[in-house]
Amino acid sequence: MDISLHQLLQQFPQQVVNGLVQGSIYALVALGYTMVYGIMGLINFAHGEVVMIGTLVAITVTGLLAAAGMPVGIAGLCGLVISILSCMAIGWSLERVAYRPLRGSPRLTPLITAIGMSIVLQNLAMILWGRNYMTFPPLLPKVNFEFAGAYFTLVQVVIVLLSALMMSGLVLLVYRTKLGMAMRATAQNPEVASLMGVNINRVISAAFVIGSALAAVAGVMVGSYYEVAHYQMGFVLGLKAFTAAVLGGIGNLVGAMVGGILLGLIEALGAGYIGYFTGDFLGSHYQDIFAFAVLIVVLMFKPSGLFGEKTGDRA
Amino acid sequence: MLEVTGLRVAYGGIQAVRSITFHVNEGETVALIGANGAGKTTTLKAISRMIGIAGGDVHFCGEKIVGIAPHDIIRKGIALVPEGRGVFPRLTVLENLRMGAFLRDDKDGIAADTERMYGYFPRLKERADQLAGTLSGGEQQMLAIARALMSRPKMLLLDEPSMGLAPIMVQKIFEVVRNVAAAGMTILLIEQNAKLALESSQRAYVLESGEITLNGESAALLHDPKVRAAYLGE
Ligand SMILES: Nc1ncnc2c1ncn2[C@@H]1O[C@H](COP(=O)(O)OP(=O)(O)O)[C@@H](O)[C@H]1O
Ligand SMILES: [Mg+2]
Repeated sequence: MDISLHQLLQQFPQQVVNGLVQGSIYALVALGYTMVYGIMGLINFAHGEVVMIGTLVAITVTGLLAAAGMPVGIAGLCGLVISILSCMAIGWSLERVAYRPLRGSPRLTPLITAIGMSIVLQNLAMILWGRNYMTFPPLLPKVNFEFAGAYFTLVQVVIVLLSALMMSGLVLLVYRTKLGMAMRATAQNPEVASLMGVNINRVISAAFVIGSALAAVAGVMVGSYYEVAHYQMGFVLGLKAFTAAVLGGIGNLVGAMVGGILLGLIEALGAGYIGYFTGDFLGSHYQDIFAFAVLIVVLMFKPSGLFGEKTGDRA
Repeated sequence: MLEVTGLRVAYGGIQAVRSITFHVNEGETVALIGANGAGKTTTLKAISRMIGIAGGDVHFCGEKIVGIAPHDIIRKGIALVPEGRGVFPRLTVLENLRMGAFLRDDKDGIAADTERMYGYFPRLKERADQLAGTLSGGEQQMLAIARALMSRPKMLLLDEPSMGLAPIMVQKIFEVVRNVAAAGMTILLIEQNAKLALESSQRAYVLESGEITLNGESAALLHDPKVRAAYLGE
C-alpha cells in the first residue's frame, strides 16, 4: 500500500466536513419521513421525489429569471421560494389525493400507493424536464475557507447553517406552538386529540406541507452542492434519508436530525477509508453501500433506532 | 339537555347497541350501568361521534349532533373522559391540560381554570411538568377529568372513571365528580361499579346486551332486588 496511515489521518477533518454537509441534507429530508410516520404511521416513499421536484423547479425558475437579467443571487432566492411553495402544494395534494382516501385500510395499501406515487412523480418530472442531466446554476460565489486542515466552500457553510436554522425552527414549531402540541398529541392518540377539538386532517396536512417545505430546501441544497440534477435523483437520496430516519428512530424528530448527520459522517468516512481497509479492492464509488449496510444493521439489531421508543409507540 | 332516541350501533354485523333511548336533563348526573360488554363505551363513542351509528338520533341542547365531525363535538359543549383515560403519555401534565383548552384563546381564563384544576387535584400541580405517561393510573384519571373540564363544557361524559383504580383513589375521584356536579355540571356517568354509580347519580339506566332493561331514580334502583342481584352482588 502506498498511502500511509499518516496521510489518511490528515484527510480526516476533510471527511468530517463533507459528512456534515451531506448529513445536514439527509437530516432535512429525514424529518419529512419521520413527521409523517410519527403522525400517521405511513412511510411516504414519494418524499424523495418531492426533493427532486424541489431541485428541478429551482433550476427552472432561477434559469428563467437569470436569463431575464436578474442577478443570479436574487434569481436563486426566488427559485428557492417558488420551489418551497411548489413542494408544499405537491405534499399537500399527495396526502389529499393518494393517502387520505386510504385512511383506515390495511398498512400495506398506502405503502404500495406511496411507491406508486413515487413512480408517478418521477415520470411527471421526466415529461416536464426531460431525461438529461441538468446543470444547477452556481448561486453563491466560489469562495473557499480553510480550517483545521479541512477545506470548505461557501456553499457548504451555507448548507450547514441553513439546515441548522431550519431544524431549530421546526423544533420550536413542534415544541413551542399550539399547532406543534396538536401534532404531538395527534401522533400519540389521534382519537382523543379529535375529542379535544383537533381537526386531524389539518394536522396531517400540516405534517405533509412542512415536511415538503424542508424537502424543497434540501433539494436546492443538493442542487447547488453537486451542481447537477436529474429526474431520478430523488430515489437514492430518499432511500438514504429514510435510512437516516430509521437510524435515529423513525417518528422521532431529534432522531431524524441525529440520524441524518450520523449517516452523512458514516458515508463520508466510509468512502474515504474503504480503499485503505480493503487494500484498494473497493473504491470510494462504493460509498452507497454504507447507507444500506447501516439500514440492514439497524433493522436487524435495533429496529426502533437510536432514539426510538419501544416498538408500537410512535413519535 | 342530551336526548338519545332509538340509537343503534353495529360492529360489522354484530349489534352492540340495539335501539336505546334515554335522556339527561340539565344539571343532572345520570348513570348508565351495565356489565362488561353491555355496550356502554359504544354508546358514549356514538354520542361523541368517534364511531358511526346504524340508526337513531342524538340531540344536544335541542340540536341534532349526529352528522357533525368528531372534532366539533367539544365545540358544542360535550367533553368526554374516555375509557382507559387516554391521556397523551408524552405530553406533560400541563400540556395535557392545555390540550383540553385547545379551542380556547382566552389566556387568562385558561390560566385561571388550570389553577382551579390544581385545586381539585393538587397532585396534578406537583406533577405539572412531568410526562403524563409516568403518572399512576389514578393520577392519569384525575388528569383526564381535569383535561375535559378545561374546555368549560356544558356536559361531561365519563367512561368508567373507577376502572382499575385502588378504592382510595376511586373515593378521591368521585369526590371531585360530585363536587363538579354540585357546581351545576350535567354529567353522564358510565360505570361497571353499580353501587358507586347509583350513589353518585340522581337517575340511572341499566344496559344489558345493548338494551336498556331498567331505569329510574338511582336511590330506588339501589334497593331494586333485580339490580341488587345482578349488579350489587347480592
Ligand atoms: N371495535 C370493536 N369491534 C367489534 N366489536 C366491538 C368493538 N368494540 C366493542 N365491541 C363489542 O361491542 C360490545 C359492547 O362493547 P363496549 O361498548 O365496549 O362494552 P362496555 O363498555 O359496556 O364494556 C361487546 O360485545 C364488544 O365485544
Ligand atoms: Mg367500556
